[in-house]
Amino acid sequence: MKTSHRMTGAALAVLAMAALTSCGSSSEPAADGTTTLKFLVDNSQATVDTAKALADAFMQANPTIKIETETRPGGSEGDNIVKTRLSTGDMSDVFWYNSGSLLQALNPSQTMVDLTGDPVLQHVQKDFLPVVSQDGKVYGVPAGTAMGGGILYNRKVYEQLKLEVPKTWADFMANNDKIKAAGIAPVIGTFKDTWTSQLFVLGDYYNVQAAVPSFAQDYTANKSKFAATPAARAGFDHLAEVHAKGYMQEGFGSATNDQGMKMLVEGKGAHYPMLSAQLPPLVATMPQAATDVGFFGIPGTDAAKNGATIWEPAGIYIPKTSENVDAAKKFLAFIASPAGAEATNKAVQPAGPFRITGAKLPEDAIQVAKDLQVYVDEGRTAPALEFVSPVKGPSLEQITVAVGSGLTPPAEGAAQYDKDVEKQAKQLGLAGW
Amino acid sequence: MTKQDAGPRTGPGPAPGPGHARASRRRRDSAYPYALYLPAAVVFVVIFLVPTAMAFYFALTRWTLFDSTFVGLDNFRDFLAEQNLRIGFQNTIIYAVVTSGLKVVLGLLLGVLLTSRLRLRGFLRSVVFFPTLVSTVAVGITFAMLLKPQTGLVNQALALVGVDGRDWLGDATTALLSVALVDVWKGVGLATVIYIAGIMSIPREYYQAVAVDGGGAWHRFRHVTLPLSWPATYSVIILSFIGGLRSFDLIWTMTRGGPGFTSDTIASIIYKQYQAGFFGLSTAGNVILFLVVTVIAVPLNYYLGKRQVAA
Repeated sequence: MKTSHRMTGAALAVLAMAALTSCGSSSEPAADGTTTLKFLVDNSQATVDTAKALADAFMQANPTIKIETETRPGGSEGDNIVKTRLSTGDMSDVFWYNSGSLLQALNPSQTMVDLTGDPVLQHVQKDFLPVVSQDGKVYGVPAGTAMGGGILYNRKVYEQLKLEVPKTWADFMANNDKIKAAGIAPVIGTFKDTWTSQLFVLGDYYNVQAAVPSFAQDYTANKSKFAATPAARAGFDHLAEVHAKGYMQEGFGSATNDQGMKMLVEGKGAHYPMLSAQLPPLVATMPQAATDVGFFGIPGTDAAKNGATIWEPAGIYIPKTSENVDAAKKFLAFIASPAGAEATNKAVQPAGPFRITGAKLPEDAIQVAKDLQVYVDEGRTAPALEFVSPVKGPSLEQITVAVGSGLTPPAEGAAQYDKDVEKQAKQLGLAGW
Repeated sequence: MTKQDAGPRTGPGPAPGPGHARASRRRRDSAYPYALYLPAAVVFVVIFLVPTAMAFYFALTRWTLFDSTFVGLDNFRDFLAEQNLRIGFQNTIIYAVVTSGLKVVLGLLLGVLLTSRLRLRGFLRSVVFFPTLVSTVAVGITFAMLLKPQTGLVNQALALVGVDGRDWLGDATTALLSVALVDVWKGVGLATVIYIAGIMSIPREYYQAVAVDGGGAWHRFRHVTLPLSWPATYSVIILSFIGGLRSFDLIWTMTRGGPGFTSDTIASIIYKQYQAGFFGLSTAGNVILFLVVTVIAVPLNYYLGKRQVAA
């Protein structure tokens, strides 16, 4: 029967992957005294460009160390490749991977080189360290910049319709009304790429934290629930409300992230709940993306408590199995220095503030980064929930698509997500679930 | 190689009576010495049996690839408590029934058409069979493009005749059926080939008998082709039904189970667990799918097989 083949196939794939990848791992110092470091990054354009810029600048300063960049797919496919390579002892000398809850799933204390107290970290901002730590030990340095998760908006549309950046959800909906009347899609939905549907919920965390400061702690300890906390449920309510009012463009169900960004930059849609990191790669082909698109945090109920949710940068880590730890540490120290930030700036427009002391946004930074920097400077930011809690259910993106398409009522969506979270916590073996 | 000398002895030996030693039983039963089975057996054990047994074990653990903790039947309980599992089961059955039903009907019709005296018969046969040769993933991606709401070719063609097409894959009411129809498009070629073989093997005498009795085309179809191509129908139903139960690649490339959970099947639910890194849980799902397919396919096979004898 074919089914058993599927199962054995999965097991085989793991074996085959282990066998294949083990061919390319050994990296011993060459006869001429140069060391070669392998550097694994995900294959998104921004990451690849950043990684290449960092490697080139580093090699120029350190001619005895050579860096070879390898790429892997992003998303959960990439997660599984990273997990497989770590668990088979076959990880490259340096690798780029998420910080926050996804990092916890890699068992850093077993698999990665501990950097606590190492000079590598001397320029890294203290606020960043928790998202690359486990049990108080630090395992990584920040890769690139932080980004904002909130609403990207077309400033030309705002100018034309004489709108103001909303401070409350009610203001936001009033703006949407006017935009719709002008014949422009008020909110862009791109549910073909399901992950993009989560922003109304995940980007709302600043408001959740403002209303219930202990939410993350209670939530991790299985004491708070999305469905039972009105402030947390608001994200689902917003999503349902936007759909119910018909604010999304036609064909939102099969639109992709790329199409959504294009709509926004071209002014065919006014708002797009999205991450600011989606913009820098567009600047090359659509220069107006740098100036015409701005950012604001998802508005909450209270105009006085307005703020934005921040996604911390990914981390760069060294696996325990690396044979070139000293060279790798040198590279990490360079990445986490103002010089590294400068090299990054040259290759990719920053999407938000750096997490490195002494690193600054360039003068010609894109508008979203400047908007975000204002929130940061005024201290009106909170990290997204996935950076302060290891608990994040894997099905949120499907649930938010269902709520945002009007298939599931928001309260039910929140309850479904609570169940999803419970399953994840059990699979992680967290205490108290 | 202790069994090497067994080779020459096995072939010609006359059948000894019952109750002999094992060596002579072997000589009687097998045409080849067992040593010849060894390479195949090793391959089978190492790459099929061992992973299958491992899968049954890992289904009972919380498994992160780094380590595994034995948790008993927890994974099975959690998988069965999966909130979209009911939709998944429902969709899987709908999908399997719709695709295998349409493949039988269309396959039979095309089979009859392509065994008749048609001028372009050879060409049409290749046209019908062609989609079977294309990779499922490629078909999925292609049709996802064709079915786009504004820019897709399907809706543009519909607009020409004045029909306002919808967002086929982004709309919860049409997503699953759209995928099922693409599956039929892709799979009907194989069904047709099976039917062509089945129809060709029907002896001409039956048709001549119908002609003698003055029957027309409908009688030929109703009383000869339809009943006597039952073995073909049987194969098509079994193959496409099991295929439908395990359906994954098309669904994944076209809708990823969406919008929301509306076109999820059991296989896509399992894959999502794997994606989330819940390896034990997804393995438990696979074991359940294995059992479900067995529970449905074995009786179906038995029932259809019995009818075949009766026909």
